[in-house]
Amino acid sequence: MGAVKEPVAVVAGQKTGEMGVALTTLEEALEWVAAWGRTRAMWPLLFGLACCAIEMMATQASHYDLSRFGMEIMRASPRQADLMIVAGRVSRKMAPVVRRLYDQMTEPKWVIAMGDCASTGGVFNNYAIVQGVDEIIPVDVYVSGCPPRPEGLIEGILLLHEKIRRGGIRSSR
Amino acid sequence: MAIREGEVQEFTLEQLKHLVSERALRGETILLNMGPQHPSTHGVLRLLVELDGETIVSVVPDIGYLHTGIEKHCESKTYTKIIPLTDRIDYLSPMSNNLAYVMAVEKLMGVEVPLRAQYIRVILTELQRIASHLVWLGTHALDIAAMSVFLYCFREREMILDIFEMVSGQRMMVSYFRVGGLWRDVPEGFEDAVRAFLKLMPSRINEYERLLKRNPLWLQRTKGVGVISPEDAIAWGVTGPSLRGSGVNYDVRKAQPYSSYDHFEFDVPLGENGDVYDRFMVRIEEMRQSLRIIDQALRRLPKGPYITPDRKVTPPPKEELAWSMEALIHHFKFWTEGFSPPPGEVYHAVESPRGEFGVYINSDGSPKPRRVHFRAPSFVNLQALPIMAKGCLVADLVAIIGSIDIVLGEVDR
Amino acid sequence: MSIQEVVEAVRTRFGEALQEVIEFRGETTLVVRRESLVDLCRFLRDDPACRFNFLSDLCAVDYWPERPRFAVNYHLYSLPHNLRLRVKVFLEEEDPVVPTVTGIWPTANWHEREVYDLFGIRFEGHPDLRRILLPEDWEGHPLRRDHPLVVEPVQFSFNWREIDSRKPYVRE
Ligand code: SF4
Repeated sequence: MGAVKEPVAVVAGQKTGEMGVALTTLEEALEWVAAWGRTRAMWPLLFGLACCAIEMMATQASHYDLSRFGMEIMRASPRQADLMIVAGRVSRKMAPVVRRLYDQMTEPKWVIAMGDCASTGGVFNNYAIVQGVDEIIPVDVYVSGCPPRPEGLIEGILLLHEKIRRGGIRSSR
Repeated sequence: MAIREGEVQEFTLEQLKHLVSERALRGETILLNMGPQHPSTHGVLRLLVELDGETIVSVVPDIGYLHTGIEKHCESKTYTKIIPLTDRIDYLSPMSNNLAYVMAVEKLMGVEVPLRAQYIRVILTELQRIASHLVWLGTHALDIAAMSVFLYCFREREMILDIFEMVSGQRMMVSYFRVGGLWRDVPEGFEDAVRAFLKLMPSRINEYERLLKRNPLWLQRTKGVGVISPEDAIAWGVTGPSLRGSGVNYDVRKAQPYSSYDHFEFDVPLGENGDVYDRFMVRIEEMRQSLRIIDQALRRLPKGPYITPDRKVTPPPKEELAWSMEALIHHFKFWTEGFSPPPGEVYHAVESPRGEFGVYINSDGSPKPRRVHFRAPSFVNLQALPIMAKGCLVADLVAIIGSIDIVLGEVDR
Repeated sequence: MSIQEVVEAVRTRFGEALQEVIEFRGETTLVVRRESLVDLCRFLRDDPACRFNFLSDLCAVDYWPERPRFAVNYHLYSLPHNLRLRVKVFLEEEDPVVPTVTGIWPTANWHEREVYDLFGIRFEGHPDLRRILLPEDWEGHPLRRDHPLVVEPVQFSFNWREIDSRKPYVRE
């Protein structure tokens, strides 16, 4: 294996994702600060739909402890939340409600579709279920699984953090 | 049907005139919308609450926000392939749903289940009952602002989920029971894991009880709140701990024992007053009884086959496929076409953590059922909410909803 | 009390109105005429020999394309005698109406609404016959067997593009 040996500092920087940033311009500095702020305290909307919501609760609870990522506060009001985790199947009757909740959230806001049902309709390809929540709201990260394991959801959240960090300050999502 | 963006279904007072009191029409009482996104409705329940000051005059539940069309979906699947759908009805107790469904099909086919499979089914459904009650206790206590119980309950629940993962490969949606027995035999280490759990759990249950039972805040929020009389409970079809909290002794496990529940000794805890507190005590006691059943079943767990040898309902063993052409054909037929029960209809009920979970199957003699219907206990129990909530304070509403332990997936199916 | 005695009691009391008694896998089904359904149910609940005071379940079946098309099942349970019984009413497609039993067992309320919602069977005298699971303005009754199940084709690699272009994504 001819892997190039990298300096230790750069590897460490890649791992945490922040030390590698070279602060050249003011804009970049601001971007770094904004991304740092946005990822370090995301407030998800307290909003469960079906079975996946139970796994989402398990993710927050003692064993998996979502507060390690600064996300222990679930906001019950959409106006205080900036992340919507669509945990479960969305029925045709619920779809307008989900859309309204999304509209009520303040910018910047992100959406994670948790589980197969929220991503594609899952096993329920029938008259009652919306075939993927992306038909009604824009989705940033899809987490597969029925239900996804808590580790899966955590990975989805970390991916979203990555996306926010790369997104820059002016993009709202 | 297209989705109209931002169009949430609204009701006019005209449509609901017959459901609210006269005073609401004159504007003397307030009509309040609660849900479908509300932190303590346990999902997507929507309530229309009529309030006189802080007192509840009437409650009108509006359900269907999680309607999944599972019953329709079952009609397009073969009998074996319905099992994963049943998991998703009551997602807090997939094992009980599996059990009710496979037992209904077994009744329809006239299949005998080996004793080992029956005992393992009992162990797993009782573990599921504890897991479900733990989620109930955690969220119910959280609603009444006891945060720490939630964290404790989910800690113990993880142990049960680990056992489920061990036997079935999935944490929640297990699909472990098959028509005629089980998917596989339980793996090595299963008994030890269950024993370890049995050893730990009694002290943990005592811990939850100590946290809440004599807590003055808890008592004030639960005693004498949400009362339902035994007569009302029977008339409204309430089952499970909600019915037993009112003192009616009806438990399907005792009344019509299935899956050899009659081999085990256990008590059916009963309440007296039918309030939130009694329902809480009944469930706590039920967890202890479940431990008792698991202990007996584990001690007496017989050896033997884990699935019926009846080839009509089971695929041939994998080894046989290597040398037997017939087995290969059978395997292929079984998974593509399925088996055909005789025409007829059956209803089978089990005691799920929430009450009588019944499955009705109507077969027309083809490999797919004509109709599958699930009698969901939460759906029926929720109907009694307006009776329990009448005259209570609006803050008690969350305690009452929590105490009937609804699962919206089951209410709407 | 045994289920045979209940069947005998009903037979002597109602005679003609009891069309058929079916025994299958240890379950007893009474097929009755629609006209005498409510009387029969009241008798089953109140008669000391029956005492079916608990309505476990109520559901409908669509026998399409057979005739009569619909059937409504009442699954009764007797708490005092520990017996189960199924009462069945057949309905023609042109006239899917049954009298309500909410006056006998209040719990039938939501069950009947559900059957109305999913099958379009109307219950005469029901206090609040609205849709329960589907939105108020939904068209059709999805659990009828001539109603399609799937509303969206499954995407495979060969038709992914084509279906995807028709999908109503939100695009910003
Ligand atoms: S993806 Fe699976 S677990 Fe999640 S809501 Fe859908 S059916 Fe339930």
